[in-house]
Amino acid sequence: MNLGQILHDLLFDYTLRTVAMGSAALGLVSGVLGAFAVLRRQSLLGDAISHAALPGVALAFLLTMSRAPLVLVLGATLSGWLGTLFVITVTRQTRIKQDTALGIVLSVFFGFGMLLLSIIQRMPTASKAGLDKFLFGQAATLMSRDVVTTAALGAAALLVVLLLWKEFKLLSFDPAFMKSVGYPVRRLDILLTTLMVIAIVIGLQTVGVVLMSAMLVAPAAAARQWTDKLGRMVLLSGGFGALVGVLGAVTSAQVGRLPTGPTIVLYVSGIVVVSLLAAPDRGIVAQLRRRRRQRVQFAAEALAIHLLNHEGAPDAAVETAIAHLRQHLQWDESFAERVTRRTITSGLAERSNGHLRLTSYGREVARRAMAR
Amino acid sequence: MSTAQIEIILIASVVAASCALIGTFLVLRKMALMSDAISHAILLGIVVMFFLTRSRASLPMILAATATGVLTVYLVELLVQTRLVKEDAAIGLVFPALFSIGVILISRYAANIHLDIDAVLLGELVFAPFDRLIVAGRDIGPKTLWLGLSVGVINLAFILLFYKELKLATFDPGLAAALGFSPVLIHYALMTLVSVTAVSSFEAVGSILVIALMIGPPAAAYLLTDRLPVMLALGVLLAVVSAVLGYLIAYLVNGSIAGSMATMTGVIFVIVLMVAPQRGLISRWSRQRRQRAQFAAEALLVHLSQHTGQPEFAAECAVTHLTGHFRWSEPFAAQIVRFARQRDWIEESDGCLRLTRAGTRVASQVMVRS
Repeated sequence: MNLGQILHDLLFDYTLRTVAMGSAALGLVSGVLGAFAVLRRQSLLGDAISHAALPGVALAFLLTMSRAPLVLVLGATLSGWLGTLFVITVTRQTRIKQDTALGIVLSVFFGFGMLLLSIIQRMPTASKAGLDKFLFGQAATLMSRDVVTTAALGAAALLVVLLLWKEFKLLSFDPAFMKSVGYPVRRLDILLTTLMVIAIVIGLQTVGVVLMSAMLVAPAAAARQWTDKLGRMVLLSGGFGALVGVLGAVTSAQVGRLPTGPTIVLYVSGIVVVSLLAAPDRGIVAQLRRRRRQRVQFAAEALAIHLLNHEGAPDAAVETAIAHLRQHLQWDESFAERVTRRTITSGLAERSNGHLRLTSYGREVARRAMAR
Repeated sequence: MSTAQIEIILIASVVAASCALIGTFLVLRKMALMSDAISHAILLGIVVMFFLTRSRASLPMILAATATGVLTVYLVELLVQTRLVKEDAAIGLVFPALFSIGVILISRYAANIHLDIDAVLLGELVFAPFDRLIVAGRDIGPKTLWLGLSVGVINLAFILLFYKELKLATFDPGLAAALGFSPVLIHYALMTLVSVTAVSSFEAVGSILVIALMIGPPAAAYLLTDRLPVMLALGVLLAVVSAVLGYLIAYLVNGSIAGSMATMTGVIFVIVLMVAPQRGLISRWSRQRRQRAQFAAEALLVHLSQHTGQPEFAAECAVTHLTGHFRWSEPFAAQIVRFARQRDWIEESDGCLRLTRAGTRVASQVMVRS
């Protein structure tokens, strides 16, 4: 299938368009809120919340006998929020650490949800069909009413982020200062967490409980590598989220038997790996190159000192021979060559028939290096 | 109760004890969520081994899953060491990726075989008694029971043999390293055991219940004691109680066994959280209340002693005056007066509070203290 056909389907095929739009909206919202979660070291809170949402879905269904997305999403939000409250209370009031509190919420709420689902399944009037897509996510079954719910809730969450931008920024980087100048830190904290709950809940139907945490963490972790500015990071993270949403939806529609959620997660994991490797400045490749450049620079200065020491001495002819350097400084051939080249290109020394001769600039650099 | 039911309860209890033993160290080392990461990621190992051997034989599965568990730990550490992401984010990046690969492999190449994700998350405890272990023609019980027992014995042996090292590395990793016990080695040994425990348990009880049993009971035990051996024993006890009660409730409501057991670990944790003698919320709140009352009563004594014998004493000693002077609410003022009278610090006559001898002594002590 060619690119044109895919684009055509994306625009005109109802199912694909719906799925792609839903996934993109979810990716955008979770990318934006995930950026705050990662910066506030709450990456795994998302995992706990997404598991904690399950009993809410089941209870909402048991109470209303309705599968309307808004009802289920409301139930999920309430129980996700309750789980968060539990984590906050336990970590504040006892010596139990956050990781343990998160683990308890994650497994107990989810277990309770599964218990409820198994009961629902045995009820004569109802089946859990439509509910278990919250478990593993079924983007392919997204309908336009789901997308409308996603888009409305997501837009509301993004609007709040926009309005309280300055407050959330401060909350992420210096909550202590924020408290000291009189902001209601706890209330803002709860609000931001609530927005995260909303982002998670609207994502569950698409990617499922287990993989939802990746939708929060991965775009943000990738975006973090490319910039130090919060605004850019949030935009980039939201952009990554939306991009992998569309890519995952299209790929799983084109290739048979490829579930959307895991496909999206693999795409976003790929973006993380590329970002970790290739990001300018912070990336691993950039780090290695910087380290190598520094090593060559240091060696070039050492070479300049060596030349200065032997300048005008009787052994100068031997010591300044380029071929001699390899033995004397125990450099391997390619490294010695690189250092020699660097010494010449940076104007420390000149080459004259197989020997190196310091320039006046090189002499100054060597003296300064020794004084240091 | 039928034999199969007793066997299910036995299997669940053995698995619960085994999980709680090793989980105690996860909770103490602030690595509880590694159980989450490992128990999800091992899906990939199981799937890959299934493709390689085309069978569901237990031993290769356990080896492959354990290897994947250790791989998860290694990848998380690798990410953390780049210093480009924090530890929590690293965990959140690694296991969804591995789990996704596992899910994709299943749905693309193994959709028709018996390896569905529902079973991975929840296990099939109901069917566990049907898979029997036959030795020399004799039926000696369900396979899962023997598997669980072996892993439990391995965990117990590891903890007994390396008790001192584990304890030191858990509570003072710096000292442990200085004394020559490699923290890295202990970390990986522990993580290997977590993986082995997770994989041998999850076929019976599912990965979610593995997490619940590894974290919930030890966390509850942590609120009840300060001593490691007691914590280990209490964790095991609470885990077994959760498993048994969970099974009974699942039987009553005819629901998911694993879900019900996980719920029970939560119920037990919340009960302990409330009523634990020193660290529980109720005792914490009542302690705070008592301290507040103590402080307020002392303030009242100082106030009375300042004004005793002064012309304005008649006005200052009035019970009704306290709400205005200290800005206490009426019930709080009444509580404080009651608190002080119970201790014989003050006496009341005609709505006027007077210090007793004991009250005078306490007031002067308080003033010296400040």
